[in-house]
Amino acid sequence: MTSTLPPAVPLVEHFALGLDAPICLTWELTYACNLACSHCLSSSGRRDPRELTTDEAKAVIDELQRMQVFYVNIGGGEPTVRADFWELLDYATAHDVGVKFSTNGIKIDAEAARRIAANSYVDIQISIDGATPDVNDAVRGQGSFDTAVRALEHLAEAGVSPKLSVVCTRHNLPQLDQFKALADRFGAQLRLTRLRPSGRGADVWDDLHPTAQQQRELYAWLVRHGENVLTGDSFFHLAAYGEALPGLNLCGAGRVVCLIDPVGDVYACPFAIADQFLAGNVRSDGGFARVWRESELFLELREPQSGGTCRSCDAYDACRGGCMAAKFFTGLPLDGPDPECVKGFGELALSKVAPGAAPRPSLDHSHKGGVRGGPVPLVLQVRRPDKPCDESPLSGLVPAPSNPSPRRPA
Amino acid sequence: MTTPPGAGVLDRAWDISPRVSVRPESFGALLYHFGTRRLSFLKDRRLLQVVQSLAASPTAREACRSAGLAPHEIPAYERALAQLAATDMLQERA
Repeated sequence: MTSTLPPAVPLVEHFALGLDAPICLTWELTYACNLACSHCLSSSGRRDPRELTTDEAKAVIDELQRMQVFYVNIGGGEPTVRADFWELLDYATAHDVGVKFSTNGIKIDAEAARRIAANSYVDIQISIDGATPDVNDAVRGQGSFDTAVRALEHLAEAGVSPKLSVVCTRHNLPQLDQFKALADRFGAQLRLTRLRPSGRGADVWDDLHPTAQQQRELYAWLVRHGENVLTGDSFFHLAAYGEALPGLNLCGAGRVVCLIDPVGDVYACPFAIADQFLAGNVRSDGGFARVWRESELFLELREPQSGGTCRSCDAYDACRGGCMAAKFFTGLPLDGPDPECVKGFGELALSKVAPGAAPRPSLDHSHKGGVRGGPVPLVLQVRRPDKPCDESPLSGLVPAPSNPSPRRPA
Repeated sequence: MTTPPGAGVLDRAWDISPRVSVRPESFGALLYHFGTRRLSFLKDRRLLQVVQSLAASPTAREACRSAGLAPHEIPAYERALAQLAATDMLQERA
């Protein structure tokens, strides 16, 4: 990323106040997925019958072209299981909307790899959450490591340089150098992102989110590797350690990015699938452009933020209070510290959250009863009380989610 | 050609690269290069005006003049244009 001319107002301030159109956006094409990853941010599994049709999806692409949205990050669910996936991909790139898509690799055979190689507007990233099968499959399901590696082999064979996309967890953070070596082996670029307590991620957050010590080591590792390792700007809360990591270092939700979900709902960010962050639907009058430009929620997010209780912290200008979704789904106030605040204020705030008070996601498309070979956590887990010392008979009782679909048993 | 892409930028003729998309914004513009996947920002509306008039101007210096830049302002714009040329956002025109 480069910029020219010293600006009168720092550019990041312009971005915080919102752009005429997103720089890019995340578009989840389907909630259907062959896997049942334990930390899935969108609680995916089963297709939603209301998902956008091929024609509706093309109309969204037309609109993105008019708005000059440079590219979309396509995900899901597993986007490639949609029968019209390749058709939509070709349609987007023929209409000046670049495509970066995330996949677990299930459909990336030799032919698909050649197809990707032939379209210079397409980038692919393969999700992998362990540098070894044991660590990966514990989260993503049995055989998923081999599927990802097979896809990487096909891509290398076709001359495609993919991204290797890793959600950082307590179990895979000791493998950072192995991930780098794995990426190098396939000519891939490593991309590390932050685990959020979103979707099913809320269920495994306590067991999988990095320890404070691991965060510190991750930061040092990222600083050491600079722009050679991508982060999707997701670790800006670590900027409070000192030097900022490459990227915009701000929460772009509703300001420079957003999410379009499979049924056309527009949320402030891919990690915030909850009614509070729902801005509108692309099927409504005025379509996506109107939601982006006029929705009350987005206009509010673009107002100057107060900083709340973080305001008096000397690190506030660096971390800006951290990730909205991480706060929301751990039950923290949005104008206070991030649960993983590097100064330790998050832990303090979390200790004041009543058990079961954290909001649940609005939607759940998890496979009923899981999938064959589904994830098995690495360590035998004993269900802990929601908070240490909590022995109330109501422990674990959470308010019913607003959506009546049943949740996977814990 | 052995001259570096940005050298003597003002006295040469330029086009916006064919794979670059320019999106005006209130602060200036966003540029995205579909080949290199690079994003650049023009932090000033007049720089956008200069960039947009390059194709119709015999030289970048002419484009600066037509955008109403005073002589003392030109060096900052020269640096900005050189940077855009060095990242292939601009291409030299014969």
